[in-house]
Amino acid sequence: MSSVNRFGEQMKMEEQNGKPRRADVCPSKSGKLDLETARARIADTKGPEFWRSLEELAGSPEFREMLHREFPKGASEWLDSASRRGFLKLMGASLAMAGMTACTKQPLEPIVPYVKQPEEVIPGQPLYFATAFTLGGYASPVLVESHLYRPTKIEGNDQHPASLGGTDVFAQASILGMYDPDRSQTITYLGDVRSWGAFLAAIRGPLSVQKGLQGAGIRILTQTVSSPTLADQLRSFLQIYPQAKWHVYEPVNRDHVLEGARMAFGQPVETQYKLENADVILSLDADFLYAGFPGSAKYIRDFAKRRNPENGQMNRLYVVESGMSSTGAKADHRLPIRTGDVETLARVMPVVETINSNPPGLNGQQQAFAAAVWRDLQSHRGPSLVIAGEHQPAVVHALAHQLNQTLGNVGKTVFYTDPVNANPVNQTESIKDLVADMRAGKVDMLFILGGNPAYDAPADLNFADALKNTNIPLRVHLGLYQDETAELCQWHVNEAHYLEAWSDGRAYDGTVSIVQPLIAPLYGGKSVHEMTALLTGQSDASGHDIVQAYWRKQHPGADFDVFWRKSLHDGWIEGTTFTPKQVTAKGANLSTSAQADEHAVEINFRPDPSIYDGRFANNGWLQELPKPMTKITWDNPALIGPAMAGRMGLKTEDVIELELNGKKILAPVWIQAGHPDNSVTVFLGYGRRRAGRAGTGAGFDMYALRSSAAPWFTNGLVIHKTGDTYKLASTQSYQTMDTPDGATRPLVRTASLEEYKKEPNFAKEEQPPAELTLYKPYDYKSEAYAWGMAIDLNACVGCNNCIVACQSENNIPIVGKEQVVIGRHMHWLRVDAYYQGDRDNPKAYFQPVPCMHCENAPCEVVCPVGATVHSTEGLNDMVYNRCVGTRYCSDNCPYKVRRFNFLLFQDWDTPQYKMMRNPDVTVRSRGVMEKCTYCVQRINQHRIDAERADGKIQDSELQTACQQSCPADAIVFGNINDPNSRVSKLKAEARNYSLLAELNTRPRTTYLAEIRNPSPELEGEHG
Amino acid sequence: MDEHTNQVTASTGAPVIEPGHTFGSVTDKISSIVLTRPTSTGWFVGFGVAFLLTMMLLYAIAYLFVRGVGIWGVTVPISWGFAIVNFVWWIGIGHAGTLISAILLLLRQSWRNSINRFAEAMTLFAVACAGTFPLIHVGRPWLAYWLFPYPNTMKYWPQFRSPLVWDVFAVSTYATISAMFWFIGLIPDLATLRDRTDKPALKIIYGMLAMGWRGSARHWHRYETAYLLLAGLATPLVLSVHTVVSLDFASSIVPGWHTTIFPPYFVAGAIYSGFAMVLMLAIPIRKIYGLEDFITKTHLENSAKVMLATGLIVGYGYIMEGFMGWYSGNRYDAFTFWNRLHGPYAFWYWSLLICNLVIPQVLWIRKLRTSPVWLFLISFVVLIGMWLERFIIVVVSLHRDFLTSSWGMYYPTRWDWMTYIGTIGMFLALMFLFVRILPMISIFEMRTLLPEAEVKE
Repeated sequence: MSSVNRFGEQMKMEEQNGKPRRADVCPSKSGKLDLETARARIADTKGPEFWRSLEELAGSPEFREMLHREFPKGASEWLDSASRRGFLKLMGASLAMAGMTACTKQPLEPIVPYVKQPEEVIPGQPLYFATAFTLGGYASPVLVESHLYRPTKIEGNDQHPASLGGTDVFAQASILGMYDPDRSQTITYLGDVRSWGAFLAAIRGPLSVQKGLQGAGIRILTQTVSSPTLADQLRSFLQIYPQAKWHVYEPVNRDHVLEGARMAFGQPVETQYKLENADVILSLDADFLYAGFPGSAKYIRDFAKRRNPENGQMNRLYVVESGMSSTGAKADHRLPIRTGDVETLARVMPVVETINSNPPGLNGQQQAFAAAVWRDLQSHRGPSLVIAGEHQPAVVHALAHQLNQTLGNVGKTVFYTDPVNANPVNQTESIKDLVADMRAGKVDMLFILGGNPAYDAPADLNFADALKNTNIPLRVHLGLYQDETAELCQWHVNEAHYLEAWSDGRAYDGTVSIVQPLIAPLYGGKSVHEMTALLTGQSDASGHDIVQAYWRKQHPGADFDVFWRKSLHDGWIEGTTFTPKQVTAKGANLSTSAQADEHAVEINFRPDPSIYDGRFANNGWLQELPKPMTKITWDNPALIGPAMAGRMGLKTEDVIELELNGKKILAPVWIQAGHPDNSVTVFLGYGRRRAGRAGTGAGFDMYALRSSAAPWFTNGLVIHKTGDTYKLASTQSYQTMDTPDGATRPLVRTASLEEYKKEPNFAKEEQPPAELTLYKPYDYKSEAYAWGMAIDLNACVGCNNCIVACQSENNIPIVGKEQVVIGRHMHWLRVDAYYQGDRDNPKAYFQPVPCMHCENAPCEVVCPVGATVHSTEGLNDMVYNRCVGTRYCSDNCPYKVRRFNFLLFQDWDTPQYKMMRNPDVTVRSRGVMEKCTYCVQRINQHRIDAERADGKIQDSELQTACQQSCPADAIVFGNINDPNSRVSKLKAEARNYSLLAELNTRPRTTYLAEIRNPSPELEGEHG
Repeated sequence: MDEHTNQVTASTGAPVIEPGHTFGSVTDKISSIVLTRPTSTGWFVGFGVAFLLTMMLLYAIAYLFVRGVGIWGVTVPISWGFAIVNFVWWIGIGHAGTLISAILLLLRQSWRNSINRFAEAMTLFAVACAGTFPLIHVGRPWLAYWLFPYPNTMKYWPQFRSPLVWDVFAVSTYATISAMFWFIGLIPDLATLRDRTDKPALKIIYGMLAMGWRGSARHWHRYETAYLLLAGLATPLVLSVHTVVSLDFASSIVPGWHTTIFPPYFVAGAIYSGFAMVLMLAIPIRKIYGLEDFITKTHLENSAKVMLATGLIVGYGYIMEGFMGWYSGNRYDAFTFWNRLHGPYAFWYWSLLICNLVIPQVLWIRKLRTSPVWLFLISFVVLIGMWLERFIIVVVSLHRDFLTSSWGMYYPTRWDWMTYIGTIGMFLALMFLFVRILPMISIFEMRTLLPEAEVKE
C-alpha cells in the first residue's frame, strides 16, 4: 500500500496547469526522463512517427532508468513475496501511463489451462455476436467477429431490417476505437490515478447533501439517448432528485428536424422514408446516403434497389444542396444553391408555376428547375418523396412535411413514428440553460456522461470557460478519452467502449437492440449505466444486471430467459419497432426566415464524413479514410466553389482567414467542383487539442466559429487571404476522366436511361482475342471455381464502407498524413471519384477499384522472383514471403491497385493492435508489395467447410469483406463458372464492361455501367 | 621515320600518335606516371573529394537499409525513381568502353589503342555504379540474391519471364567480361611495371598481378588469341546489354515504355553517353598528364563523330515516339507524348531535347569538334541530356498512366540525390586510383602504333 501512495504522490500534478509538482518527491534531475516528460514526449508525436518514438523511448536507457527510479523500493520488494504483487501492479500501471499496457494480463491467482474445450470455442473458427453501434442516439445493428473472445471485425447484421448486412464507416471503424491505446485507462482525480472506491467515497457525501435539496444543484449532461434502459435510469434518478436537471447535447443533433415536426404537427415525430417506393425524390439539402444520416444503411439499400434499369422502374433523384455531397453525386439533377436559399425554393415549390417574376433568392434557371421538379413530383403523386436535410431550418422541414402531404406521399413513401430520441428536447437550448445555470452558480455537481462539450459546445456559450471558472465544486466526466472536457473536470472516469459494456439502443425505426459486450473492459472502464446507477444509489450494480432488469420489467413472464437469449442472439428485440403514427401537417402559413442578400457569403458547418463531430478524431482508419468527394485525409479544408475561387484568386491549398462575427480561424482552401458561389463549407471535428496520437493537432477547429444561433449555416462570413499555403493530403489529386490534352477516357461508362434502352450494349468494348498473348491461356472453365466480381456503379453511393471493411479484414496499416501526401496510402480498395462537365455543376461518379485479378495479369510476368502468381481458380495471389520488393508489378499494373510497404508502416509493437488483427491474414512488413486478395482467407475458410460437408461452396455463403459491408449491395463476388451465381448473372448483363479491356488483361472484376435517369424536361439544360 | 609514322593514321589523315616517339619513350612516358611522377596535391584533393562523396553514398545506403526505400521519393504510381534512372544512365555510360575495346579492335581501328584502357576502366567502374542500384532499390535488399538462380532448399527459382531476371544475366555477364577483358589487357603492362619499378613491394604486387608474364612469343600468341576471343564475346554485349535493359521498359504495358524502338534507341543512347563520358575523362587527363602526343585531336574528333552519329539515332527515336503516339491511334500513347511536351515535367523534356538534340549539332563544325574545351562542354551537356532522357522515360511515363485517378507526382528526396551524387563520387574515386596505380594507356598497344613495330619485309 505504501508503494501505491508513493506512486500517487509522484504522479500528482498541480491542478489545471498540467505541471508536475514532483521535484520534492522525486530525486530526478533535470535532463532526465520522468513519466510526465515521457508522456509529453509521446503527446508531441503522432501517427506512425509515434510508434517509433515510443519504441525508442521504451528502449532508451533514460526510460529504463526512470522506471527504476520510479520504484526505488521496488527492487527490494522482490525479496518479499507478499509485496512483489504490488510491485507488479505498479509496473503494469506505469506502463499503462505510457500507453503500453499489457492487456492480456494473466491473473495473479493460480490458473489452470482448460482440458475440456469451452462450448462453441474452436481455435481458428470465429464466432459472431450480435450487438449494436450507436451514433447520435441511433443504433446500427452489427455482428462482431470474435476470435477466441477477441473482437476483430464489425459486420452488418444481415438479419436486422435496419442493416440487411450493410454498415457505415463509423461502425466499421469502431473496432479500432476499442483497441485504441490512447483511450483513457484509469479513473483520475486532478490527473492522479484513483480507484473506483475513492470515487464512490468522493461523491457519496455531496450526493447526500443534495438529497436534502432535492437535487437542486445536480446537473447531468448526456449525449442523445435512445437507450430505453438509460432513459429509465435517468428518469428514476429525477424522481429521487426532482430538482435535478438532465441536459442533452450533441454538436451534430437533430434539433431542426424535431422543431420542424413540432411546427408541422405540434409534436416531435420521427420521419421515416420508404425509398423503395419512391419514383421521384427531391432532396432539400438532405444527404441521406451519408453514414451520419439515421438509417442510412437501409436507405442506401432501398435507394440502390431502385437504380437498376433492368429491374423495374428506375427512380429519379433531384438534389438541391450547397456543398457537394455523395447524395448530390448520385442525383440525376443537382441544383447547387446556398443552404439559406433552399427555403425560398421549398416555399415557392407548390406555386412556382404561377409566379411570373423571380422570387427573391432564386434566379430564372433555379426557378425553372423548381418548376420542372414540381411538375415531375406532381405527375408521381403518391410514389414521390421530399426529404429535408437536418441542416435546414425547422421551417424547411415543416414545408417538406406539407409538400409530402400535398403530394399524397404520407403512408406510401413517408411515415411518422414516435421519436427514437428518448428525450427530444432542443439540445442547443438545453446546453444554453446548463451554461446559464453554471454561470449563475446554481450547479454544485455536474456529471458529464459522454461527449466533449468543452470542445464542441457552441462557441458563444464558452462552455470550457464556464466549466473552468465557475467553481462548480464537483465536476465529473465519463468518457473514452482524457479529452478537452476531462481536463477541466476534477474527476474523470474512464468509460467502457460499447464493445466492452452492456447497453441497449434504438435503430432509426425504433427497433431496440441489446448492446452486448464482446470482451471484458480492457482498462476496467465503467459504462454510462453503471455510472447512472451509482447516482441512484446502486453503486455496485453491473451493466448486465441493469439492462437485464429493465427488460425483465418490460417482459415479465416465465419465458424471459428465452426472450433474452433470442434478443441477444438475433440482435434485436421483437415487437419494439415503432408503428406509424397518424399525424396531419397544419396548413397554416409558416413564418419566413430572413432572406440573405445574394452577395452575402454563407458558411456551412457539416459533420466530417470521416471523423463525424470529432469523437473519431483518434481513429486512424477514419482519419486516413479519403472523404467521399474530395479524397482528402487527415484534414478539413474550407470548401469553396470554382466561381468564387476564380473571383478571389484563390487556389487549392492557399490559406485563408475565415472571419465570422469577429472570430477568426485559419484554414486551407479546397476548390470543390459543384460548390455554389458565395458559400463556404467547413467540416467539424478537427483541430482537437487532446485527442490522442492520431487526432491531436490534425486540421482546424471550426467549432470556434459555430454559434448556438446558427449551428449549421449563417451569413456574414468574411474571407481574408493570407498568402500562406498548407499541404493537403488527397489520395486522388486528379479528379476527372478528361485528360489535359482534351481527350476523355472511358473509365466510368455512363448513359441516360433513354440511351441505354436504345443501345443496351453501349458500354461493351471489343476485347482482343484471348489467344493474343505470348503465354498459353489456362483453361479456367475446367475448374470447380473461378472467382470473379461485378461492381454495379449504378448502386455505388461512394460511402467508403468497403474501404474500412477491407482495412479491418486485411490488417491494412495506416501511413500518416506525410506519407499520404507522397502517395503511399495503403488501401487495397479505393473509391475513385470523377467529376465530368461544367465545374460549377458537374456530374460526379464513383468507382470502387479493388484488384482486377486479371487472367492475363501484367504484374505476374514481370515479377522476377515469382512473388505474384495466378491460382487455378483465377486469383492473382501475392506471396509476401517471396517478394523482394522490386515494385515492377506496380509499374506494370494499369489499375494501380498494388500497394507497397515503402517503410515499416505496420505497427508491430502496440499490444492492443496485436489483439485486434485478423489472425487469418498475414501482417505485412516493410519492403513487400500487397494488394486485394479477393479475401482469399474467406474463400479458403469456406472451402474447408464445404469440403468437410462434402459439397461445394454455395453462392450465398461466401462474401468478401467489401461485399459484406456494402449497404448498396453494389459489390457481388462469386463463382463465375456457375452460370446461376449472382455474379455470373450480373456479368451477363448488357451493362457489364471491363475496365481497360483493350489491354487484354481480361479482368475478373468487371463493372456495370452507370445509368442516369434525367428528366426529359431538364436534360437539355444540364447536358 | 616520319614517313613510317604517318602510315599509322586514322582515316582522317591526322596522326593518332605524335611523331618522334620510340618504344622506349612511350614506355617511359606512360609508366612514369605510375612509378616515378610524384603524386600531385591536385590528385589528393580530387581523390579526397571523391572519397568523401563515396562515404556519403555508403551513409545513404546504410540509412536506406535501416529505414527502407521509403526514404526516397518513390511512391505509387512512380515506384521506380532515381535508382532505375541512374542504373540505366550508368550502364549506358559503360557501353563506350566495350565498344572501343572490342568492336574497334575487331574492326582494326588502331586509333583506339590509346583510349581503350581507361575506357575499359570507365566501363568497369560505371558498371559497378550501375550494379549498385538494382540491389539497393528493392524493398528487401537482404533478399536481392533471390534474383539469381541457385540451388536452395526453399524450392525457389527465378521467374524467367521477367525482364528483370534477364537484366541480372545481362549485367552480371557484362561485368564479368568487362573485368576479364580489362585485366587480360593489363597483363603485359603489369609486367612492364614489375620490371621497371625499383620498390620491392611494388615488384611483388605487380609481379603477382602480371601472372608470370615474360613476353615470350608463346605468351604473345596465347595472349592475342585470348584477347581476340574475349573481344568476340564482348562484341554482342555492346548490343545486348542495353537491349535487355530497354526490355525492362519495352516489354511492359506502360504507355511510354511499351514500344519496339527501345532496343536500338537505347543502344545508341548508351554509346552516345559513353563517348561523352570518355571525352569528359580523356580531355582533362591528356592535359594534366601531358598525354597530348598519345591522345591526339584525332581521337577527340573520332569520338565526336561517334557522338554525332549516335545522337542522331537517338533523335530519330524521339521523333518516332512522337510519330507512333499519333499514328498508333492509341489514346494512352498519344497522351503520354502530349504530357511530355506540355505536362508538369515539360521543362525537363524540352531541356532533354536541347541537350541531346540541339546543342550536339554544333559538332558538325570541324573547329568545335576538335576543340577540347568545346568537346568537354558538349559532352557534359550530353551526359545531362542522357540522364534527363532516362528520367523522362522512367518517371514521366509512370506518373500519368491509364487511370487518371491514380496520377501522381514524383519528387526526389535528399537521399535520392545523395545516392546519385555518391555514385559519381565512387566512380571518380575509382578513376583517381586507376590513373595513379595502373597504366592508363596501354603501353604495349601504343608501341604497335610506332614505325618500329612495322615488320620489314
